[in-house]
Amino acid sequence: MLEVQNLSMRFGGLLAVDQVSLDVQEHEIVAIIGPNGAGKTTVFNCMSGFYKPSGGKILFEGRDIQGKPDYKISRLGLVRTFQHVRLFSRMTVVENLLVAQHRHLNTNLLSGILKTPNYREKEQKSLDRAAYWLDRVGLMDMANRDAGNLAYGQQRRLEIARCMVTEPKLLMLDEPAAGLNPAETKDLNQLIISLKEDYNVSVVLIEHDMSLVMDISDRINVINQGRPLASGTPDEIRRNDDVIKAYLGEA
Amino acid sequence: MAAHNLKHALFCAFITLIISYPILGFDLTSRGTTVVLEGVNTTTSIGVLAAVIIVFLFQYFRDSVMGSLRQLPAINPLANREPMEQSKRLKLESILLTLMIIGALIWPFIASRGAVDLATLVLIYIMLALGLNVVVGLAGLLDLGYVAFYAVGAYTFALLSQYYGISFWFALPIGAGLAALFGLVLGFPVLRLRGDYLAIVTLGFGEIIRILLNNMTSLTGGPNGIGGIPDPTLFGMEFGRRVKEEGNTSFHETFGIAYSGEHKVIFLYLIALVLAVITAIAIRRLMRMPVGRAWEALREDEIAAKSLGLSRTAVKLSAFTIGAFFAGFAGTVFASKQGFISPESFVFLESAIILAIVVLGGMGSQMGVILAAIAVTILPELAREFSEYRMLIFGAAMVLMMVWRPQGLMPMRRIHIELKRQE
Repeated sequence: MLEVQNLSMRFGGLLAVDQVSLDVQEHEIVAIIGPNGAGKTTVFNCMSGFYKPSGGKILFEGRDIQGKPDYKISRLGLVRTFQHVRLFSRMTVVENLLVAQHRHLNTNLLSGILKTPNYREKEQKSLDRAAYWLDRVGLMDMANRDAGNLAYGQQRRLEIARCMVTEPKLLMLDEPAAGLNPAETKDLNQLIISLKEDYNVSVVLIEHDMSLVMDISDRINVINQGRPLASGTPDEIRRNDDVIKAYLGEA
Repeated sequence: MAAHNLKHALFCAFITLIISYPILGFDLTSRGTTVVLEGVNTTTSIGVLAAVIIVFLFQYFRDSVMGSLRQLPAINPLANREPMEQSKRLKLESILLTLMIIGALIWPFIASRGAVDLATLVLIYIMLALGLNVVVGLAGLLDLGYVAFYAVGAYTFALLSQYYGISFWFALPIGAGLAALFGLVLGFPVLRLRGDYLAIVTLGFGEIIRILLNNMTSLTGGPNGIGGIPDPTLFGMEFGRRVKEEGNTSFHETFGIAYSGEHKVIFLYLIALVLAVITAIAIRRLMRMPVGRAWEALREDEIAAKSLGLSRTAVKLSAFTIGAFFAGFAGTVFASKQGFISPESFVFLESAIILAIVVLGGMGSQMGVILAAIAVTILPELAREFSEYRMLIFGAAMVLMMVWRPQGLMPMRRIHIELKRQE
């Protein structure tokens, strides 16, 4: 469903991403790994429209999306999280989820001010969806707390829930396990697999935690210094000499 | 510690001396053609000396003084109480609000004419502050030129009535609509700007409108302003002693009561009250709608908001437009109340005062903003007897306020949303 062809991104004299290609099929978890500064997040930023790529093509469900504004890409069903949690921290947990459903609640101003039945029904639907996902990520009891006051692991889960209420087709997770303890990482593991199995969402993730990556990914792409280094199933990557060299240095 | 305290106290006392002595101690008097510097009279110098000693003592014993002040909240029985239950609080709030509105409806019939006039002004400021609260408090866009939209509303009514004889009731939606249009137009160039840069551009915009009004002499009368703006009518009934426009009747004749200038003042007050209530309710609803939440999301984190499919353009423009709309409302009422407007009424200081109201009240909080609007408008009037010191008192009150309650009089409270567990 997503196809990235020969993507390049240049910042002045620096070629941060050079001819990277990857593809994501429906019902698949694809990981992007690589050493720090390899350009993984830059690839994400290009895919989600935060950067306009200098070269290459990005196709989502057969449509060209490179250079489209970020919010339009997200409305197509390609939603991302961030390396550092970006919640609306002075709003409550529920409100965070309601904001995300803005486009589902596309009502005009007057019907909202007058509280027409149609508006109420839509509002109730989005509340129900928010409740469902809060329950799913175990934050139901926190619903009316300020998002900024949650523990870090809870903030991470809320961020994923916030993406899921938009009903995405493809979810892009940028280092979802960063800062989580082993138990939380295990929960996250299960959550991501269930997103694929139960909600039919494809996932692209950037991650440094190798056990997580190897466990859940269907395929892995390795990027090193902006260039594609290898791609394949977790087993293939584990045995790939180039990858071992890039990570451990030459013996 | 004691040595440090002594040094600090001496320093503060010295500062007090060099600030207050030259300002209060000397007088410039003209004697014939020359101006002479007159020395201190004894009472003033005793006063200055007393102030210096008080400052010194306070700073020297600062720790123990502040320590005993900190004990005070323990005396306050309400300080550590449990927060009220949601349903109970809401009920109490709605009862209080209803009482307030009923009180505000009855009040003009017992108060003096001057007081009602002042109250009308308070209501105008409430409308303005509630509108600016959308832009600054909710959407987090620092707008220093808000008074421009107020001016657009006021001048729309003034010009329409002067050239086309259009009445208040027709001009009200037109003025608000036109102000909203100006808000939209200003919104476009500042879409990409945030914080300080946005503040500067909006400041410039506010000045452009004022200077335009000042210089388009043939249309707006320039600095001379526009006079003779008609009062609102009640179903075609005028409030003057004699009917100005053909076809209208006069209020006192219709009801067979004696003419009184107060009728008009009270009527204007009631109009302003109704409009202010409408403004408050409309914005309250907006805050709880998707658009209101989008404003706040944009304030909290623009990048995250965009990643969730919110269009920055639409959200920012809607905040500017809706904020400006209510300023236009207020402007129309203002023009009608004054009967005369000139660019003098729409200087930067006005923008600053409205912004001060929003910040003092607590960004985003409607109740807070309303209270602050009342306080900021009425306090200078009450402090009139202090004549030239009243702005000083006003300033000092603001500084103290920001030190003790930086979050505002009544900080915004998040709404509690009940959720049903889904199967």
